[in-house]
Amino acid sequence: MIATLEKIRSTPSSTVTRDIASLAAVSKNYGQVPALRGVNFAVHAGELVALVGPNGAGKTTAVKLLLGLMQPSAGRVRVFGGDPTNPQNRMRVGAMLQVGRVPETLRVREHIDLFSSYYLKPLPLAEVLAGAGLEKLAERKFGDLSGGQRQRVLFALAICGDPDLLFLDEPTVGLDVESRRMLWDEIRRMVERGKTVLLTTHHLEEADALADRVAVINRGEIIAQGTPAEIKAKTSGKRIRCITGLGLTSLRQIPGVVEVREDREAVEIHSGEAESVVRELLTLDPLLSGLEISSAGLEEAFLALTKDSSMSAAPQN
Amino acid sequence: MSAASTPLYNALPQRSPGHTLTIYLKEAKYEFLKNLRLRVYTLSVLSFPLMFYVLFGLVLNARESIGGTTIPTYLMATYGTFGVMGASLFGTAAGLAADRGLGWLQVKRASPMPPFAYFAAKVVLSMIFSAIVVSLLMLLGFAFGGVRLPLANLAKLLGTLVAGSLPFSALGLAVGYFAGPNSAPPVINLIYLPMSFCSGLWVPYMFLPKMVRQIALVLPPYHLSQLALGVVGGGRHESAATHWEVLLALTLICLGVARIGFQRDQGKLYG
Repeated sequence: MIATLEKIRSTPSSTVTRDIASLAAVSKNYGQVPALRGVNFAVHAGELVALVGPNGAGKTTAVKLLLGLMQPSAGRVRVFGGDPTNPQNRMRVGAMLQVGRVPETLRVREHIDLFSSYYLKPLPLAEVLAGAGLEKLAERKFGDLSGGQRQRVLFALAICGDPDLLFLDEPTVGLDVESRRMLWDEIRRMVERGKTVLLTTHHLEEADALADRVAVINRGEIIAQGTPAEIKAKTSGKRIRCITGLGLTSLRQIPGVVEVREDREAVEIHSGEAESVVRELLTLDPLLSGLEISSAGLEEAFLALTKDSSMSAAPQN
Repeated sequence: MSAASTPLYNALPQRSPGHTLTIYLKEAKYEFLKNLRLRVYTLSVLSFPLMFYVLFGLVLNARESIGGTTIPTYLMATYGTFGVMGASLFGTAAGLAADRGLGWLQVKRASPMPPFAYFAAKVVLSMIFSAIVVSLLMLLGFAFGGVRLPLANLAKLLGTLVAGSLPFSALGLAVGYFAGPNSAPPVINLIYLPMSFCSGLWVPYMFLPKMVRQIALVLPPYHLSQLALGVVGGGRHESAATHWEVLLALTLICLGVARIGFQRDQGKLYG
């Protein structure tokens, strides 16, 4: 009986109804340049999803489409079952975007007061200030804040309306370690209160620390989705470290090698087939020393995934 | 399953009209505070018309008159027009171009702000600063230029000039949609300074070269300044209706252009 229920819960039809925001076969081109290519992606109620990918992968484009800031070239974008530009949907959404300039002569309190006024049930000012760690900066003008403090104000504007769905585009860029931890705690608290969060990042550590689910995006395509653990497992990758006389080019030619990089006097090789690579290495370089093999983390999985997709994408171009 | 998830899709109650009004007022209040604290704006918008008026209207030609209107009175109307143009163009175009080009407008668009509130705030700001410039010119003219006008005429002059802020705010919105964040101020100056000269705002119309006088007839500031001069008795007695029609036409054309820019930003036209 329990097994049957479990099965029902995990069938696709039941997950569809939990979609709070989704991209269905969405493509977006900027002129001739494709930013997203046929992306299928959904955010479910109450989860924290991290959209992870290198710069230019299409993360921000995906967020802007979900916010209704631009129209897709093809496909369908849905938020709360409707059009993302619907004003009533927007009342339930908060967004933190990357901004070049924010009006600098307004005070932190004034910025929050204005944005709070847009929503039906905004949080009290004190709560917003506390949530973003801005209690002591309420009277400060935006122009007098440090980079990290500015990020926190943008976060405050995203949460002030007590939204059900929160989009955070690279929220911790430029933050020091302490501010980043604080923001992470606040994001976790939002999820505990039943909110849904989509955050983009190129820090895998951040995705690993926060996300229930990770979607890896590269060159406009979602190349992997799953829990952080599942993503790591996708590449049963190993990290091989050794000191060798072999050049980087010849190392890259060894079958099974995904990525090679120099690390001080040694090289670091990422591979899904560590045993065969090591065998080959020892044959090619009998003088090889300092050999270490360790399990790959999310970072290596990510490198492996994005590298594979680059290679498979290349012949199509 | 679907029954459990329906609350997600329930439409929220609409905002009440009172709530919407509050947003418009707050948007305007903070737009005003933002610019009031922005020295670039207040200094350039207030100091140029006031400085020119003091120099050319109060210090140099104060005793002369044009067709029965004293120079301080005459120039109060034309520098008033000049001040209104500056307050309106800089109040709309510079902020809009920067907000658009540097991402702030996207943050606002992603929020549930009623989009029109943003533009209304800029227009209100332009009108408030227009009223401030004109009032300060009147004060200077009264205190140091011997300007004596019935209160009703002063009120009418102020009203005319503040209403004249609208076409130039519309022009500013159009410029703001098609100029970059850094190029907007020079573009405004390129429109604003030559037009002011050719419309007879600095040098009275009759002293302009013949060719410039012909150009003036098609320039919107000329028409606003003639309306203002009509109030103080220094106009050329052309039809006021024609002046208002030209200003209305400018407003409508510019709002149309701004609308194209707005829709382009919404991604409705292409992309």
